[in-house]
Amino acid sequence: MVPLSYYLVLSGILFACGVIGFLIKRNIITIFMSIELMLNGVNLSFVAFAAHWQRLSGQIFVFFVMVVAAAEAAVGLGIIIAVFRTRETLNVDQVNLLKL
Amino acid sequence: MLHLILFLIFGSICVAGAVNLLVQRHPISSALSLVVVMASLAVEYLLLGAEFVAAVQVIIYAGAVMVLFVFVIMLLNAGAEERTQGSRVALLLGVPGVLVGGVLVAWVLLRQSGTQPVALGALPGYPKIIGNLIFHDFLLPFEVTSILILIAIMGAVVLAGQPATQSQPGEER
Amino acid sequence: MLSTEVFIVASLVKIVIAILVLLTAVAYSVWLERKVVGHIQNRWGPTRVGPFGLLQPLADGIKFIVKEDLTPPHVYKPLFIAAPMIAVTCALTSISVIPIGNWITVFGYHIPLQITDVNTGLLVVLGVTSIGVYGVALAGWSSNNKYSLLGGLRASAQMVSYEIALGLSLVGVLILSGSFSLRDIVNAQAGTFWGFIPRWNVFYGCQFFAFFIYLMAAYAETNRIPFDLPEAETELVAGYHTEYSAMKFAMFFMAEYANMITVACLATLLFLGGWRGPVFGPPLLQALLPVFWFVAKVFVFMFIYIWVRGTLPRFRYDQLMAFGWKFLLPLAIANLLITGFIVAYRS
Repeated sequence: MVPLSYYLVLSGILFACGVIGFLIKRNIITIFMSIELMLNGVNLSFVAFAAHWQRLSGQIFVFFVMVVAAAEAAVGLGIIIAVFRTRETLNVDQVNLLKL
Repeated sequence: MLHLILFLIFGSICVAGAVNLLVQRHPISSALSLVVVMASLAVEYLLLGAEFVAAVQVIIYAGAVMVLFVFVIMLLNAGAEERTQGSRVALLLGVPGVLVGGVLVAWVLLRQSGTQPVALGALPGYPKIIGNLIFHDFLLPFEVTSILILIAIMGAVVLAGQPATQSQPGEER
Repeated sequence: MLSTEVFIVASLVKIVIAILVLLTAVAYSVWLERKVVGHIQNRWGPTRVGPFGLLQPLADGIKFIVKEDLTPPHVYKPLFIAAPMIAVTCALTSISVIPIGNWITVFGYHIPLQITDVNTGLLVVLGVTSIGVYGVALAGWSSNNKYSLLGGLRASAQMVSYEIALGLSLVGVLILSGSFSLRDIVNAQAGTFWGFIPRWNVFYGCQFFAFFIYLMAAYAETNRIPFDLPEAETELVAGYHTEYSAMKFAMFFMAEYANMITVACLATLLFLGGWRGPVFGPPLLQALLPVFWFVAKVFVFMFIYIWVRGTLPRFRYDQLMAFGWKFLLPLAIANLLITGFIVAYRS
């Protein structure tokens, strides 16, 4: 019997790690992975609340979040590949000017 | 009791994976720690009874989206990150700030422990019921997300495939 | 229902038996392949070691164990060592939800011939297959070698692309059976129609096209000829397992054949009626005959695998990807539509 708040604390820790990664990392792919970590943390809290309030809508929303995350990963990685082709670097600090 | 032990084991694997993602300098190690986080989250979903969501998490998130990430890291030959100039102020203010904020939020959440605990397998999410709901109550979001995936496929093909180079292996479903 | 202790003991016994049987089956499927491909190519295959070369797998096992395990200097060591372990773990895990027979009564306990019957058994197999892609991709990348990287990327792209056609070809079976549990899917194929033809999904369920789509997608998933360009000796040295020697190479080898056996088991469960077949005689025979039918059907499927390997040339990589995306995927979706209509018409 695990209290609901334990699931929420775990979800919060994952989300916080995602935010920290987003802010401190310099590699664009790692920044993107931190976004995925944030989405995973949110998914856990959706499923936990679905179990708490006994409504399946929470689990279905997780399904949609996963689909949207997959679509976003595809397009985002396409953008990263396109940027890499011109800039030759994956470091966000060096992609700060429109001029090459 | 077993529920609590399993939750703590897989919860600590999740947190260890998340911290490892932050600590590792090579993106491939971060990607693999994220796969570990997703797999242990799938077990957490199973503890809450969401069996279809757990299976979809492994098949799609850990088995396709992260494979795409690993492909891109391998293709672009991403090397280890260099050490940037860390700011002393950020370290002195940031780390204690995060810890204080985290402890505060956790304390507020844990004070609510008086609510009904979640049982093992609390809300069984059988594929049949979820399928019913998706195709009856949530039909519009379902159709809209399928259009979204179509747009994402077209976007990925246009962005990553250029006429001069060979076709990219990392296409998305 | 069994008590917890009996369940745990029975599960442990089943796990040990399943792994031993699977590893022996892997070793002897290598022997079968060498014999059959040899005869197709008008030569004998292994004949020296033991009668008909039957001890050849033992000799190969000893060779793999005593060979020098060479790790090249500039590889990324953690992933180099982990990749074959991931491949072999995923290959051996999917046997846990595959039922090989009906319920049997041992020492008074009623035990199913399956390690665990989960509600989402088919999804577990698909999920474990998806994770197995990491073994290949990481092996290719960590070897620090152009040929391995290219082979690894090609192999994993191929596996991910054909997973879609594989999954879609199975949805027709799911519509017919109404459940993801493998035992329920087999039980839905009970009985006969027109007197003697069994109600397997291939015949009565009209899943003939799905069967062939599944067959071709399975060949591509397990990187077998005609889809084995990623490990083609003539083009890429040895693809993603170029730099591996001795035990680690043996693990990739075992993983490939264990995947073949898993795919064959799934095909018999989903399309050929699993362990269903004529059952007669005393209770001991009645308990063993379903297992015999299951093994016979899996053997037929493995023979077809090996037969195709000895006969067809391999696809070029762009032909392979075009085949998966532009031919198999639309065909699988069309099969899904037709199966939906058939089920709606029948009910």
